[in-house]
Amino acid sequence: MAAQIEVGRVHQESLVGPSIREAFRKLKPSWMAHNPVMFVVEIGSVLTTLDAIRYLALGDSRSFAFVLQIAIWLWLTVLFANFGEAMAEGRGQAQAAALRGARTDTMANRLVDGQTTVVAATALRKGDRVVVSAGEVIPSDGTVVEGAAAVDESAITGESAPVIRASGTDVDAVTGGTRVISDRIVVEITANPGETFLDRMIALIENAVRRKTPNEIALAILLAGLTLIFLVVVLSTEPLAVYSGHSVSLTILIALLVCLAPTTIGGLMSAIGIAGMNRLMQHNVLALSGRAIEAAGDVNSILLDKTGTLTVGNRMATEFLPVDGVDQKVVAEAALLSSLADETPEGRSVVRLAGEQYHLTRDRESLPGAEFQGFTAQTRMSGVDVEGRQIRKGAPDAVRAYLDAAQKPNGGRQLEAMVTAIGRQGGTPLVVADDRHGALGVIHLKDVVKPGIRQRLSDLKKAGIKTVMITGDNRVTAETIAREVGVDEFLAEATPEKKLEYIKREQSEGYLVAMVGDGTNDAPALAQADVAVAMSSGTQAAREAGNMVDLDSNPTKLLDIVEIGKQILITRGAMTTFSIANDVAKYFAIIPAMFVPIFPGLEALNIMHLTSPESAVLSAVIFNAIIIPLLIPLALRGVSYKPVSATTLLRNNLLIYGLGGLALPFVGIKLIDLLVTALHLVVLHG
Amino acid sequence: MTIPGILGILVFTAAAVAIAKPVGLYLYAVFNGGRTWLDPVMRPLEKRIYRWTGVNPAQEMRWTQYFLALLAFNVVGFVFLYIFLRIQAGLPFNPQHLKDLGPHLSFNTAVSFMTNTNWQAYGGEFTMSYVSQTMLVVQQVLSPITGLAMVVAFIRGFTRKSGNSLGNFWVDLVRAVLWIMLPVSVISTLVLVALGTPQNWMPYVTAHPLQGGTQSIAQGPVASMTAPMQFGDNGGGYFNMNAGQPYEAASAASLMFQSLLGVSLPVGLTYYFGKAVKDTRQGWVILGAMVAMFLGGTFVTYHAEAAGNPLIHRLGLKGPNMEGKEVRFGPALSSLFETLTTAVSWGSTAAANDSLMPIGGMVPLFNMMSGEVIIGAWGVGLLGMLSFAILAVFLAGLMVGRTPEYLGKKIQSFEVKMAVLAMIVPTFVILGFTAWAVSSKGGQAGIYNPGPHGLSEVLYAYSSGVGNNGSAFGGLGAALPFYTWTVGLAMLFGRFAMYIPALAIAGSVINKKTVPPSAGTFPTNTWLFGVLLIGTVVIVGALVFFPALALGPLAEHFALWAGHVFGGGS
Repeated sequence: MAAQIEVGRVHQESLVGPSIREAFRKLKPSWMAHNPVMFVVEIGSVLTTLDAIRYLALGDSRSFAFVLQIAIWLWLTVLFANFGEAMAEGRGQAQAAALRGARTDTMANRLVDGQTTVVAATALRKGDRVVVSAGEVIPSDGTVVEGAAAVDESAITGESAPVIRASGTDVDAVTGGTRVISDRIVVEITANPGETFLDRMIALIENAVRRKTPNEIALAILLAGLTLIFLVVVLSTEPLAVYSGHSVSLTILIALLVCLAPTTIGGLMSAIGIAGMNRLMQHNVLALSGRAIEAAGDVNSILLDKTGTLTVGNRMATEFLPVDGVDQKVVAEAALLSSLADETPEGRSVVRLAGEQYHLTRDRESLPGAEFQGFTAQTRMSGVDVEGRQIRKGAPDAVRAYLDAAQKPNGGRQLEAMVTAIGRQGGTPLVVADDRHGALGVIHLKDVVKPGIRQRLSDLKKAGIKTVMITGDNRVTAETIAREVGVDEFLAEATPEKKLEYIKREQSEGYLVAMVGDGTNDAPALAQADVAVAMSSGTQAAREAGNMVDLDSNPTKLLDIVEIGKQILITRGAMTTFSIANDVAKYFAIIPAMFVPIFPGLEALNIMHLTSPESAVLSAVIFNAIIIPLLIPLALRGVSYKPVSATTLLRNNLLIYGLGGLALPFVGIKLIDLLVTALHLVVLHG
Repeated sequence: MTIPGILGILVFTAAAVAIAKPVGLYLYAVFNGGRTWLDPVMRPLEKRIYRWTGVNPAQEMRWTQYFLALLAFNVVGFVFLYIFLRIQAGLPFNPQHLKDLGPHLSFNTAVSFMTNTNWQAYGGEFTMSYVSQTMLVVQQVLSPITGLAMVVAFIRGFTRKSGNSLGNFWVDLVRAVLWIMLPVSVISTLVLVALGTPQNWMPYVTAHPLQGGTQSIAQGPVASMTAPMQFGDNGGGYFNMNAGQPYEAASAASLMFQSLLGVSLPVGLTYYFGKAVKDTRQGWVILGAMVAMFLGGTFVTYHAEAAGNPLIHRLGLKGPNMEGKEVRFGPALSSLFETLTTAVSWGSTAAANDSLMPIGGMVPLFNMMSGEVIIGAWGVGLLGMLSFAILAVFLAGLMVGRTPEYLGKKIQSFEVKMAVLAMIVPTFVILGFTAWAVSSKGGQAGIYNPGPHGLSEVLYAYSSGVGNNGSAFGGLGAALPFYTWTVGLAMLFGRFAMYIPALAIAGSVINKKTVPPSAGTFPTNTWLFGVLLIGTVVIVGALVFFPALALGPLAEHFALWAGHVFGGGS
């Protein structure tokens, strides 16, 4: 993955410089207005700055020094938040720049009535047909309608091995910007300029079309509501203070407002969202909307295809079972010899198993003069004639027919029972025989569960997610595998209609469903699912129907996607809780500082024993500001997520971010106050 | 604090928790079509009422229709009461020849009784004729029911599996009157009479006390007003002194009975809620959070009152603060009743709140500022608590990695918007009106105590208004036009600005699919959620008043213990 892998290595340090510049650029009020919480802080910064200038003009150097420091820290609060956002965006922009390299000014051979004319790729519209030959770049997204070709998709996926794209198959979709390296294909264009996969990908990464997700909107409303409440609190404080005998200075009122407003989450909210999207991108998954990522965290059921997701692609030999009177090693050796010419994955797995269990290593070169028979769909057997011995291995009925024809013992009832037993367990039996003894034994082929998949499924179960295995196998086979991998449910003999129906039924019960698909016949189910991950190797129809595309075409990645979705929500929730819990300490710092001049007795509320009113206010404002950059790494990385039940997760996170959010500012503000005192940053007495 | 005092408070609390289940089961039977022992009498009556009024009990209402029916019902109640108060002098049953009420006071009183606030800017026995007192009783019977109907409709929004309607307001109203309000009022009136409260229609008695002169002893239909007043958490007492008057609370037993009566329906509703959502632990967690905050507040008040006044101690008079307390009740029972009156929002008082110690007075203030969710009045307390639960779920719910859900319904931007709106109301009204009052001539004219105590009085008035509580701190010119109108508006905001968002939430979630619970579901039926809920109420709901409380009761408290007082009364 040329583009992405490089981006993955983009060091954060190289983003710092541009992000700082960007943080200043974002001070524009028109930009800040998108974020009411930070906009209020910015207005506060302007007002305190003016207040500082007023004190300067009045020649009140003591007040000037204090107000100026508050103003500086308020500006820093805004800049820190902008910086966090710029850091998150910066990573994406580096990725986009790399991708843009793939979108060159390609020319295309447009096919009209059998004649080709050369036009610019940007002139192509949906429905146009173009001819692309070896060495040429495919000008836009489309479907192969004629021919087949090897295509280098590394510009998009980073995978350097070429892939086959052929008309009339499930792999007929091509992406603009990829290169044909052999043969010639005719492509029907399926996207207008600016709407291609590459365009959308760049736009997405560049944040241009990033809309707020539903949860972000709800959270933004809550934060704006809280800010409004605190605004009323601060505005009403002044008349109450005047009634009590003293006016409170504008700067202290603004400091109170900024400290109470949820600036930590308000400042980092968009960074969390962007960073989440980038994390997904580092997994080579492209989400076509932020909404889809969020839905991934909410998913209740996951539909997983058996083959390729839960099990390795093909069935594999796992056991040699001899008939009575035959040594197991004899079966293994016969199976090995008869499979040397069998190039199917099953055949190769037999060779491998014999090597693993009996250290039998033979190859075709070690048997000079032997006559090999490869596995074909017609004979359904493979074998070898060596030293006058004919060894065969194949489907039970095919081998029986062969033995019956050679009038050799076919294993009788015992063999039949072994074959049936394997079938009942969901496996596939292959019979091994030779022309001297007749049937020797059976090879047990079965689905092999991908390493680690059991653990991941049980993790999902702990997180309350139901896993459903989809397979074309019959019930018996499906049930065996289902039990082995530990899925909650399975859908046997699945057809596209059955899948769609299943998804609809789950949704009608209130569940959100995620699935992976690649073929055209998956498209209806993908369109129905709440989180639909299309394989980038799949058809155009599947890619259009999905709301995420996996560039590596690795279906197991759905599990990563769910975890990333959850992580984004958790990070947002943790910082919200932290931000609001922080308020308690800030009240205890600022309120005594504000009112002690009116009622000296309120010094009792100064439970942190901060040195003076001015140092207390300054310390609270500094804490409020520096907590943002301290949390930027966490916002970008995401709160660590382990799949456990919601109860445990809530308890742990509430302990860390809730209780921590209550306690930390007491310590932090006190330490800052000690520092402010030691450095004599403000007047420390009366 | 004394052992009997502490035990008394704990025993009362235990009794309140113990009656939650039976009351809740009865409510469930009344509103969810169960059978009750009153059915043989009430069913025919109910049918007849529908026939007379032309109500079709099968007709369901969407949230907007439900709200409009409720509003219409309240407006009619307001108009009738207003007219009666303006013309009471010309009506019969006025043996004391009491005069008509003016427009300001009539508006204030009519709003007050319509909103179940029962803020009394007047003294009952020297202002209201028997007809007017009876009209007030009618409102005391009806106004709590609108709150009850609200929460019943709200819970339906979370529990109904299909449709988008929340029930029929008229049916809920009729059933609440026939099955709940009337029978309980009748029975408890008799209990109060047995405990010594008068019930007659005779003129006031003129007595000749030993020290000379004459004293007019008020009487009348006291028990029949007190029973629905306490049961309905109204608080519009017959007498100016409310339960501090021996005729209203004839003994400590009578006061305890009245307290249990007042707390019964609100605690029962929490069980009803759990039962309705098919997980009674959901209800117990809510009640647990309420009771924890209530007990905390009660002991803070009791501690402050029992510690007494340091300035009086200096004179050599040790002991608890007895100023403004009924000697029959003492500090423990008075602390319990005053915390209850603001927690359960019945608003009648047994002691003079104005004379509580500063911290003792801050607790009732805090109870009301939190939005009257610490138990709270009929329906509205639970409703406010459920709004806080929605906020708590949204704040912390994201931490389990899912879109927050409450009772299986996704909490999204619309619900958050409405919950925030409901939460904003108390802050805006209390702080806004208080700021206006202390900085305007009209407002300052009614503040009879200088310094922080005066501020507490103003804060208390608006908190009581917006919380639809009705208790008064005293020391405030509540009958001045400035206060009759602003407190009247506070009551209206507190009632309707909270109703609309809550019903809107119910109207929104009823259309959402219920997500079945799984291991990934945010648990709202655990003690952990109870702690989270308390944290949300305290930090989001009440701490916003910290600056105001610092300038009011806290400033007074620290000053008092430093030996400083703020001038005399004016």
